[in-house]
Amino acid sequence: MTTIQNTVARVSPGKPWKLSKGQLVTNFVIFFGSLLISPLLVLITPFSGKLGFTFVFLVVSTLSATAIAISRFGRKTIANSVASSAIYVATALVLLPLASILYTVISKGAKALRINTFTQDMAQTQPDAAFTEGGALHAIIGTGLLVLIAGIICVPIGILTALYLTEVKGRFSSLVRFLVQAMSGVPSIVAGLFVYSVLIVGLKGHYSGFAGAIALSILMLPTVARTSEEVLKLIPNDLREAGVALGGTQWRTVARIVLPTARSGLMTAVILGVARVAGETAPLLLTILGSTATHLNPFDAPLNALPLYTFNLMRTGLDIAVSRAWTGALVLLMLVLTLFIFARTLSGKRK
Amino acid sequence: MIESPEKRVLTTTPRRSDIVFRRVVAAGAFTSLIILGLIALFLANRSVGIFQDFGFKFITGFEWNPGDPENGVPAQLGIGAMLIGTLLIAAVGLVIALPIAVGTALFLTYYAPSWLKKPLTILVDLMASIPSVIYGLWGFFVLMPHAVYWAKLLNKYLGWIPLFDVPAKVFERSPFIAGIVIGVMIIPIITAITREVFSQVPLDRIQAAYALGATRWSMIQTVVLPYGSSGIASGAMLGLGRAMGETVAVYLVLNIYFLPNFHLLFSAGGNVASLIVSKFGEASDYELQGLMAAGLVLFGITLIVNFLSTLIVKRTSRTGGQ
Repeated sequence: MTTIQNTVARVSPGKPWKLSKGQLVTNFVIFFGSLLISPLLVLITPFSGKLGFTFVFLVVSTLSATAIAISRFGRKTIANSVASSAIYVATALVLLPLASILYTVISKGAKALRINTFTQDMAQTQPDAAFTEGGALHAIIGTGLLVLIAGIICVPIGILTALYLTEVKGRFSSLVRFLVQAMSGVPSIVAGLFVYSVLIVGLKGHYSGFAGAIALSILMLPTVARTSEEVLKLIPNDLREAGVALGGTQWRTVARIVLPTARSGLMTAVILGVARVAGETAPLLLTILGSTATHLNPFDAPLNALPLYTFNLMRTGLDIAVSRAWTGALVLLMLVLTLFIFARTLSGKRK
Repeated sequence: MIESPEKRVLTTTPRRSDIVFRRVVAAGAFTSLIILGLIALFLANRSVGIFQDFGFKFITGFEWNPGDPENGVPAQLGIGAMLIGTLLIAAVGLVIALPIAVGTALFLTYYAPSWLKKPLTILVDLMASIPSVIYGLWGFFVLMPHAVYWAKLLNKYLGWIPLFDVPAKVFERSPFIAGIVIGVMIIPIITAITREVFSQVPLDRIQAAYALGATRWSMIQTVVLPYGSSGIASGAMLGLGRAMGETVAVYLVLNIYFLPNFHLLFSAGGNVASLIVSKFGEASDYELQGLMAAGLVLFGITLIVNFLSTLIVKRTSRTGGQ
């Protein structure tokens, strides 16, 4: 018996916009060629400085790319190569500020970063005292407290909202989805103003960590709800059907099967929510007011938090205080980055 | 005798546990409605006196003067100047952010080599999670010197356009610079949404364009941009909403000034959110009501903008971008 080799003509799904190797090489040659030629042109022409160099580089690279395209494919590709350059420039314009922000925060923040940044508060220290005194301990603790309370308030509500949208699928699903969407657009200052008018003016309460946490949970809720919804949508329906087929009620199915399966995804949702609010400043200005001493009770007195600490020190305008502000920004950035990376790896594992 | 199992009752009425479960879940889901309602209600309740006193002039009036009730100087509260500032700054931000964000989204979907796509997407997402106070610090200390130079260039060559004219040669802390900072802040938001839409463009249409001899750019022009146009619009609206509500970055960068300023490059301006922050500390009770009213107006505007954004997205998903 002869075996017949079946050859199936397979149509590759192909991404026609992908560059061929030759095109890639051309692009690299153009890029580095222009990078080499531009400094020489800057020397000859009246252009000068970084801005001049960038301008000359852009003109040279675009012109050479266009020339090559014309010689190969004719005039009609001029728009194509100019558009390519514009799109590369746009991407560079996104990365440039990001790199600049990360670089400045790290380099300027490191200047006043000492061990005592994490071990002391500013109760006994003037903002312009030497860096070896005082620190951001009170702000770090404050941020921790705020995020913790906000999380306790908002995580159950957020997950219930997501469950309503994915499990119960009630009549008002689209309304709820719309409201959550609308809530994510509430300006943070309005959330702060609301809590201020209810808790501090209306109920004659104090400026306190609790008030701040409520404001933060308003901002956190949409992030937690929407991310949880996305996560719960990814749970295969087979699991739910299996749960019901085994005689489980919907409640048991959700509690014993759906939620445990989605655990790491729900963690991601919570972390993203925390990262969203950890850097909020505006609502805290109206609710926790700020303080210089470490304070552990979130209910009775003003509190401080990292973004507020940074903001207030920056406003003093004193050189040393501004350096402290940068250090506060650095600690805050590290916190947010850690949360971000944590969320990424968690959601990466899930897939 | 064989004991037969009890006959199972088949019913579609949910068990009591499920009824409780559904009610609890629904109650949780409606918290967002309650919160939004409460925000509107409380702010409206606190500011009703202001609207009675000033009426429509609260929106159009240019003066913010708490007055001196003891000496008989009447208060004059109007957020017109701040609304102009809000729109001006948000417009600058949007004009800067939109082309850059759309360009980046195009790069991420159709230009970047596949190994670069993921790290770049992560970087853009990272940019969205940087706190606004850091954007404010960066804008003031790092961006400002550069931006002042650009503002001078604009003023020098385009100064005959009223928008780029300045009453005095002070270019620091202008709405222009605040707008750039806001633009940088909303780029990742718009990029994320447009990238999402661009990645959903049907491959067969793209292949059809290539089969007809399109270049990459003419394919984008004829297939991707028309398909993604409402996604771009909705991203822009969302970015606009964020831009109008931004407080801290604007407050740190801008020279807050309570009169209308149409000179984009001049060192004066403000927005509604920064009005609230800067007046909040020493406000009298009456002025505080005014600030609540300002907050209510801001809340209303951002709700409308977000509503439009959602509406545009909904229409797209129904028609498939046709």
